[in-house]
Amino acid sequence: MGLVKLTYREAMRAAIRDALRRDDRVFLMGEDVGRYGGCFAVSLGLLEEFGPERIRDAPLSEGAFVGAGIGAAMNGMRPIVEIMTVNFSLLALDQIVNNAATLLHMSGGQFNVPVVIRMTTGAGRQLAAQHSHSLEGWYAHIPGLRILTPATVEDARGMLWTALCDPDPVLVFEHGSLYNAAAQIDENAGPVDIDRALVRRPGRDVTVATYGGMLPRCLEAAEDLARDGVDAEVIDLRTLRPLDDAMILDSVRHTHRLVVVDEGWRSGSVSAEISTRVVEQAFYDLDAPIERVCTAEVPLPYARHLEEAALPGPVAIAAAARRTVGDGR
Amino acid sequence: MIEAKSGLNSEERRVLLRDMVRVRRFEDRCFELYTTGDIRGFLHLYVGEEAVAAGVIPMLRPEDAVVSTYREHGHALVRGVPMDAVMAEMFGRRTGCSGGRGGSMHLFDGERRFYGGNAIVGGGLPVAVGLALADAMRGRRQVTACFFGDGAFAEGVFHECANLATLWRLPVLFACENNLYAMGTALARSHSNTDLALRASSYGMPAWPVDGMDVFAVRDAAARAVEVVRAGGGPCFLELRTYRYRAHSMYDPDLYRDKGEIKRWKERDPIEALADRMRATGDLAAGDLEALEREVDQEVDRAVAVAGSAPLEPVENLTRFVHSERRSTPDPEQRPVPESVRPSESGQPSESGQRRAPESEPAQS
Repeated sequence: MGLVKLTYREAMRAAIRDALRRDDRVFLMGEDVGRYGGCFAVSLGLLEEFGPERIRDAPLSEGAFVGAGIGAAMNGMRPIVEIMTVNFSLLALDQIVNNAATLLHMSGGQFNVPVVIRMTTGAGRQLAAQHSHSLEGWYAHIPGLRILTPATVEDARGMLWTALCDPDPVLVFEHGSLYNAAAQIDENAGPVDIDRALVRRPGRDVTVATYGGMLPRCLEAAEDLARDGVDAEVIDLRTLRPLDDAMILDSVRHTHRLVVVDEGWRSGSVSAEISTRVVEQAFYDLDAPIERVCTAEVPLPYARHLEEAALPGPVAIAAAARRTVGDGR
Repeated sequence: MIEAKSGLNSEERRVLLRDMVRVRRFEDRCFELYTTGDIRGFLHLYVGEEAVAAGVIPMLRPEDAVVSTYREHGHALVRGVPMDAVMAEMFGRRTGCSGGRGGSMHLFDGERRFYGGNAIVGGGLPVAVGLALADAMRGRRQVTACFFGDGAFAEGVFHECANLATLWRLPVLFACENNLYAMGTALARSHSNTDLALRASSYGMPAWPVDGMDVFAVRDAAARAVEVVRAGGGPCFLELRTYRYRAHSMYDPDLYRDKGEIKRWKERDPIEALADRMRATGDLAAGDLEALEREVDQEVDRAVAVAGSAPLEPVENLTRFVHSERRSTPDPEQRPVPESVRPSESGQPSESGQRRAPESEPAQS
C-alpha cells in the first residue's frame, strides 16, 4: 500500500470509475460527460471504458435529465447526474427541490431517491456572473437533501462512494478552482465519512470555519496568522446539510473566537446559519464578536481584479481573525 | 381519431362501467366532504374524465408504473389503490396511502407502482422518463404510463422529456389529458397550435388524438400504444380529448367558461354513453346501473367511515421520512481497485493546467 499523487479532478474520476466497476446499477449522466470527456475533463476516458449506456450524454435539458436521474434512482438504479455548473442547476431546481427532496416524505416513506447529483460551483476563473456563483447554501436550506462540498483530494476520492450508499438524494458541489489541486493520498483510499466536519489545522486562538474552495485560502491565511503568533484552527465543514454544529461548537468552546468564511453572499448564507447557531448555543463562550468573510454582494464580475476583490481572500480572512483576537496580538 | 372497436365481452364492459362509477361516486363524495370540512387543502376533481383512467390503466400490467398529477384520485382507484387508503389520505390519517403527508395531490402506492401524485404541472414527466430509463437499462419489458394535462404540454419540461424519451427510445406512454383548460386558461388562449398530438408527433413518436369521452376508444388506443411501447419502439403519445365538469379546484369560481359548454360536454358523458351502449346490447338491464351505484356508494360509505375513525399520525413522527432512518455504510472490504486511482490513462489532462479552457465550455442560453 503506497501513496499516489492525484489531482482533485483525477480523484473524482477515480471515484466515479470505482463506483461504475463496483456496482452495475451506477451510471453517469449529464451534458458532455461522454464524447467530450466532461466539461472539466472529470469523466475523460470513461466512455471508452464503460460505453455510452453507462456514460450517458444528455441533451441540454437539465429538468429532464436530472428528473430522469430521480426516476431511475426510484426504480433501482444508482445514477450519478452531472450538471455543468450550479448556475445551470437552476434549470433543474423544480426536480431537485420539488421531487428529489420531497418524494420520500410525501409518499410516507415508500419511495427513496438514491440519486447523486454533482455540479461545479464557485468563482475564481473569470467566468463572470452566470458561471461563477456559489449557490450550495441555497440547497442547504432544503430538508431532504444532503449537501457535500469536498475541499480536498481525499474527500474528492471518498465522498462519492459514501454518497452512493445513501438511500436519499445527495448533491456534491465541486469547486471549479480545485480541480487542479494535487495531493498524495493512499492508493487504496476508500470511502470517507460524510457526517462530520474535520479540523484541517488545529489551533488555539480562533476558529476559522469554511468549506470547499475557500479551504485553501483559509489555510493560507492561517499560515500568515501563525507568523504573527495567532494560532488559527481551520475547520472544513465538508457537509453543509446536515451541518455538524457539534464540531463547530467544540472548536469555538476551545478557541472562544469564530470567523466564518463562505463564498456565498453574506445575506441569508451558510455563514449566517453557522453564526446564529453559535450565538444560540455558545454565546457565553465567545470572547469576541463573530466575524464573517463572504463574497461581496454583487454578481461576480469578469475582470480579474474585480472578481478577486469580490471574493474572500487570505488577506481579508487573516484581517478578520486578527480583529477577533484584538489588535494587541 | 382512433375508431372504437367493441370487441369486449359483457363482463369486460361491466368492469369498465364499474371503474368509472367508482371514480365518480368517490369524487362526488369528496366534494361533499370538502364542503363539510372533512377534507381540506386543494382538491382537484376528475368528474367527466373517468373514461381516460378507466380506459388506459387496465391496459397496463402490475409490473408497469404509473406517474400521475394532482388530479389523480381516478388514476389511483383504477390502478387498485384501495379506496380506504385513498380516502384516509384525504382525511390526513396515518392509514392513508401516503401516511397523511401527501393529501389529495400526493397519493402514492409503492406496491402498485403508483408514483404519485405530482402537484407541479409537468413535474412527473422527467420522473417517468427516469423510471423507464431504469427499466430499459435493466432489460425489463415494463412500461411507464405518465399522465399529465394540456397545461403541462406548454411547459418546457414536456418538450425536454419528449425529446429525451424518443432519443433514447424509452418505454414511456405519455397520456395527455387534454381537458381544454389549464386551470382557467383555455387551450386556444395558451397554445399557438392546439393539435397536441400533431405537435408531439414532431418528436418522432407515434401520437394519436383519442376521443376521451369514449371509453372504448381510449381502451383501444391505449392497448395499441402500450403494445408499441412494450415492444421497445420507444414512447407513444396519446392526446385524450376530455373535459372536466367541475372547476379546476374547490377554490375556483369557474368564471372562465360558460355553462352551455359544460352542458354540451355532459351530453357526451362517458358513463352514460357506456351505459346506453350496454343497454342497447342487452348487457345492462333496467335498474342495473342504479344497483351498481348503490353498491359503489356502500364502498364509499365504508371508506369514509373507516377514514373518519382512523388514527392520526403521531406528531412525534413529524420529521420521519425527511431522510431515511437507515443508511448503509460503505463496505470496507470492497477496496477500490488500485489501478483505478492511478493517473494512468492516456489523454490525461496536464497537471499544470486544466485541459479544457473554461472558454471552451459549451455555452448555454
